[in-house]
Amino acid sequence: MQPFEYLAPTTLAEARELLKTPASGETRILAGGTDLIVQMRGGARQPARVLDIKWLPESQRLQLDTDAIYIGAGVPAAVLCEHPELRTEYPGVVEAIELIGSMQVQGRATAVGNLCNASPAADSVPALFAAGAAARVVGAAGERWVPVEDIPTGPGKTSLAADEFVIELKLPRMPARAADAYQRFTPRAEMDIAVVGVGICLSLDNAGLVTAARAAICAVAPTVLLAPEVAEVLVGTRCDAAVLEEAGARASAMGNPLTDKRGTSTFRRHIAGVLTQRVAGVAYQRASQPGVAA
Amino acid sequence: MVTGADFPQLASAVEEAGESQIDVWDLARNVIARDKVYYHGHPVAAVAAVSNEVAQAALGKIRVDYEPLPPVMSLDAAIKDGAPVLHDDQFTQGLEETPKQPSNVATVIRLGQGDLQSGFADAAVVVEREFTTPTVHQGYIEPHAVVADCRENDRATLWCCTQGPFVVRTLTTKVLGWDVSRLKVVPSEIGGGFGGKTTVYLEPLAVMLSRKADRPVKMVMSRDEVFRASGPTSASRIRIKMGADADGRLIAAEADLKYEAGAFKGSPIMPGCMCVFVSYQIPNIGITGYDIVVNKPKVAAYRAPGAPMAAFATESVIDEIARRLEMDPIELRLKNAVHEGVRAIYGPKFPAIGFVQTLEAARAHPHYSAPLGPNQGRGVAAGFWFNVGMSSTATINVQEDGTATVITASPDIGGSRASMALIAAEELGIDYERVNALVGDTESAGYCDVTGGSRTTFATGMAVIQAARGLVDQLKARAAKKWGVDLELVEWRDGAAVPLDGGTQGELAPLSFTELARSAAHTGGPLSSSASLTAQGAGAGFGVHLCDVEIDPETGKVDVVRYTAIQDAGKAVHRSYVEGQLQGGAVQGIGWALNEEYVYDDAGVMQNAGFLDYRMPVALDLPMIDTAIVEVPNPSHPYGVRGVGETPIVPPLAAVGNAVFDATQVRFCDLPLSPSRVFEGLSG
Repeated sequence: MQPFEYLAPTTLAEARELLKTPASGETRILAGGTDLIVQMRGGARQPARVLDIKWLPESQRLQLDTDAIYIGAGVPAAVLCEHPELRTEYPGVVEAIELIGSMQVQGRATAVGNLCNASPAADSVPALFAAGAAARVVGAAGERWVPVEDIPTGPGKTSLAADEFVIELKLPRMPARAADAYQRFTPRAEMDIAVVGVGICLSLDNAGLVTAARAAICAVAPTVLLAPEVAEVLVGTRCDAAVLEEAGARASAMGNPLTDKRGTSTFRRHIAGVLTQRVAGVAYQRASQPGVAA
Repeated sequence: MVTGADFPQLASAVEEAGESQIDVWDLARNVIARDKVYYHGHPVAAVAAVSNEVAQAALGKIRVDYEPLPPVMSLDAAIKDGAPVLHDDQFTQGLEETPKQPSNVATVIRLGQGDLQSGFADAAVVVEREFTTPTVHQGYIEPHAVVADCRENDRATLWCCTQGPFVVRTLTTKVLGWDVSRLKVVPSEIGGGFGGKTTVYLEPLAVMLSRKADRPVKMVMSRDEVFRASGPTSASRIRIKMGADADGRLIAAEADLKYEAGAFKGSPIMPGCMCVFVSYQIPNIGITGYDIVVNKPKVAAYRAPGAPMAAFATESVIDEIARRLEMDPIELRLKNAVHEGVRAIYGPKFPAIGFVQTLEAARAHPHYSAPLGPNQGRGVAAGFWFNVGMSSTATINVQEDGTATVITASPDIGGSRASMALIAAEELGIDYERVNALVGDTESAGYCDVTGGSRTTFATGMAVIQAARGLVDQLKARAAKKWGVDLELVEWRDGAAVPLDGGTQGELAPLSFTELARSAAHTGGPLSSSASLTAQGAGAGFGVHLCDVEIDPETGKVDVVRYTAIQDAGKAVHRSYVEGQLQGGAVQGIGWALNEEYVYDDAGVMQNAGFLDYRMPVALDLPMIDTAIVEVPNPSHPYGVRGVGETPIVPPLAAVGNAVFDATQVRFCDLPLSPSRVFEGLSG
C-alpha cells in the first residue's frame, strides 16, 4: 500500500472544508473500508487522500422516523441485520445486506459503501433500488437528496463529484400490505459474488392485487439496473404462475450480461428469470402476511 | 535485486523430494526464469528493500523485454500437430525409439497384463467414457513464507513453512550450488500444505537476496502469487473402457491418461497409471499414460498425487456398469475387490488390506439405506493410496521432573505431534500430558523425510516407538543398578520399573518414571534415546465414500446434503485426528468435484487467482462429514498403523458425480460440476 493522507473530520462542516482543499491525487471516502482497503492493498486504487466519515455523527444514525428510515453511512451491516424493526419492515433489504461478504466482513461493511463502491454485482443495491431509497449527498457546495439508482454509473464509477460523498440513506416507511425480498445466485453459500441478484418490493391492496412494484437486478449490466419492465407486469396481479413467468422472461431479456469466470451470459439470463419468479413470489407472500420478520 | 543470472547453471538431475521426483535444473528454472518465461507468474526478478512499499516501487521500475510466444494452455493444444514446443531439448521418453523431434509429451508410460482384445470380446457389458478434470490448487490457507539470514558469508539460516525442512535444505542448496551443511532450515508452524509445501519457491531467492543485502530478508507470497506460481495439480483427460461379464466380474480394462505437468515435466502420471485399476482384480489390463507440459505453473504434489482424477474415471465407469447390470454398486465392487495375496498391477502382492472390510462397512452403514428426498441422489465411490515409509529419526529426552520431550523433524500438519506424544506415552507407560512433542530443525533434529505420503504417524511414529523402547531399556538398567540386581530381573510395567521374582521382591518398591528421571544424574547421566529408520511396509489405504446430493433443477446447483467417509486406518492412534483427515480429504475432493478450477484467458493469464473466484467450499456449503474407521492392522507396523491422510481425497470426485447421476440420470464426465455446467447438461 502506498502512503496516503488520512483525514477524519468530526463535523460535516469540517468535512466540507477538507474536501475544498486540493489534494495531490484522488480522494477516496472511507466508511467500513471492506472494499477500499482491499483495493488499496492490492494496488487497484492508490488515493492520495482518504477521508474517514465514520467520525461524523450523521454517519452513525440509524433512525426510524414517522416519515422515513435513516441509515447512516458508517452503520455496519451487522447492526442493520440485527435490528428487529428493520428486519420486519424491510426483510428484503436486510437479507441482501446479510449476503455482503461474510459475518466478519459485515462487522465493518456498510450499505452506503456497498452503493458507492458501484459494483455491478453489489448485493444490497438491487434491494435498495427496489425499496425506493434515496441518498443524502454532501459536497463542498452543499447537499442534496438523490434516488439511489442515480448514484452508480459504471463499474467502480458514480455520479458523485470529486468533492461529494453520501452521508446517509433514506428508505420510505413500508406501507401496510407491502414487503420486499432479495435473492442472489452464487455457487457457494457465502463469501461469493452474485452471478445474478434480484430485489423486488411490492404493495398490495386489500383484495391482494399488486398496486405498486419496484424491481432491480444486479450483475447483468455495468450497473445494477432498475427493472420497470419487470415491475409493471406485476402491477394489478396476484403474482400467479403465468404473471411470474412473464416477469421472469422480461428479467432474462434485460441488460447485457457478460460471459466470465462467474458464469456465461446465457446462464445469467436464465438465472435472472428464475430468481425474478422466486423473489416476486416471496415478496408477494410477505406482503400478504405483513409483520412477519424475515 | 536478483535475477536468474545470479544463480548457477545446473545439469539436469533427478532428486527424490518426498513423494515426487524433481529435476533440479527444472526446479532452478522454475524458482527464477533464465532466458525463457514459461507461465504467467513465473518469477523473473526479486527485489529486497527496507520496506514492502519501496520493494514494490523498485519492482515497478524494472523493465523486462519480452518476446511474446503463443501459450499452450491445454492438453489438446499441447499435443496437436504443429503445437508450439515449450522445451526444444525435450524428447519423449518411454517410447521404443526416442523421437528426433522435441515434443510437449515428456514421457509415455505403459502398464498392462493379459489380453485386452479377448477380454473385451468376452464381456457382457462394456462401458467407455472420457473424463476431464481441471487444474486445481491445494488451497492451503497459509501462503508460502520465508525469512533468510545469510549474514554469515558462507552459511545461511532459513525459517519457512514447509512439510519437510530437510527437503528444503536439499533443494535450496542444489539451486544455489551449495553443500547442504551450509544451510540450516527451521520449519515454522505450518498453515496447511497438502503436498504443496514439499518443494521450494521463495527459499533460494531469499537466501540470495540476503547474501547480497547482508540483511535478513523476508518474503511472503500474496494469495494471487500462490495461485499463479505455486502448487497446483494436473488437469487431466482420461479415457476409460471397462468390460464385465453378466455376473459383474470385471474382465478387461483399458485406460489412456493424459496429465498436465505444468511448465516442466513431472506430473503425477505414474501414480495415476498405477492407481487407475489398482482396487480391482481384472485379468486383462492396458494402461497408457502421458506426461505433458503446458504453459502453467509446474505442478506440485497434492494429496494422493494423480489418484483422484484416475479414480473419478474408473469409479464413474464402475457405477455405470453396476447400473447396466442392475447390480448394487457396492456388491459389484465386492465381487472384484483386491485382497490379501492378490498381485497389484504395479508389482507386489498385497499383504493384509482392508478394502473388502471397508466396502462391507459402507454397505452396513445406516447412510447407505437411508431414504432420499425429491431431487436427491446417492453416489458411492472407492479410493486407494499406496502410502509410503521413507526415513525418519526420533529422539526422546527425559526431563528431571518426569516429563519426556519427543523431537522429530516431521512438521505437524495434521496433528502428528499429538500422535507422537500418544505413542511415546503408550510405550513409556506415562500420561500423555507428561509428553511434549516438538518439531526440530535440520541441525538440532535427526533426518526426517517430508511430512507427506501419509507417512508421519506410520514411519516417524515407528521411530518414536523404537526410541521409546530403547529408553525403557535404559530405565530398566538404571533401576537394576539402583537395586543392585540383574537387568533380567527388572520389568517395565505401567510407567515404572518393577523387580521380578529373584529374592528381592517384596523388599523393593517399584521405581517410577519420575523417580528414575529425577535421579538420572546419579545413575549414569541424563536419559535420552534416539532411533532412526527407513520404514518398510507402509500399508495401502482404502476408502469408500457415500454421498447424497440435492439438485436445484432450475439453477443446476448441486448441494451435498449428506456425506460419509469410511476408511481402513489399520490402527487409529488419535481417533479424532484420523476423522479430521477423512473429513478434510472429503471436503477437498468435494470442492474439486463441484466448483474449483483455474480459469485462464486466451493470453494464458489466470482470471480467478483468489479465494473469491477460486471456489473452495466454505463451511456453510457442506453438511457435517460423517466418518467410520475400519481397522485392519498393517502387519508391518507394531500397532498396525496405516497412513490415512491421502486416501480420503480419492473417492469424492466420483462419489459426487455418481450421486449427481443418481439424481438426474445424466452422466457428467467433465469437472467441475458447477451450476452452469449442470444446468446445461440437464437442458440437454
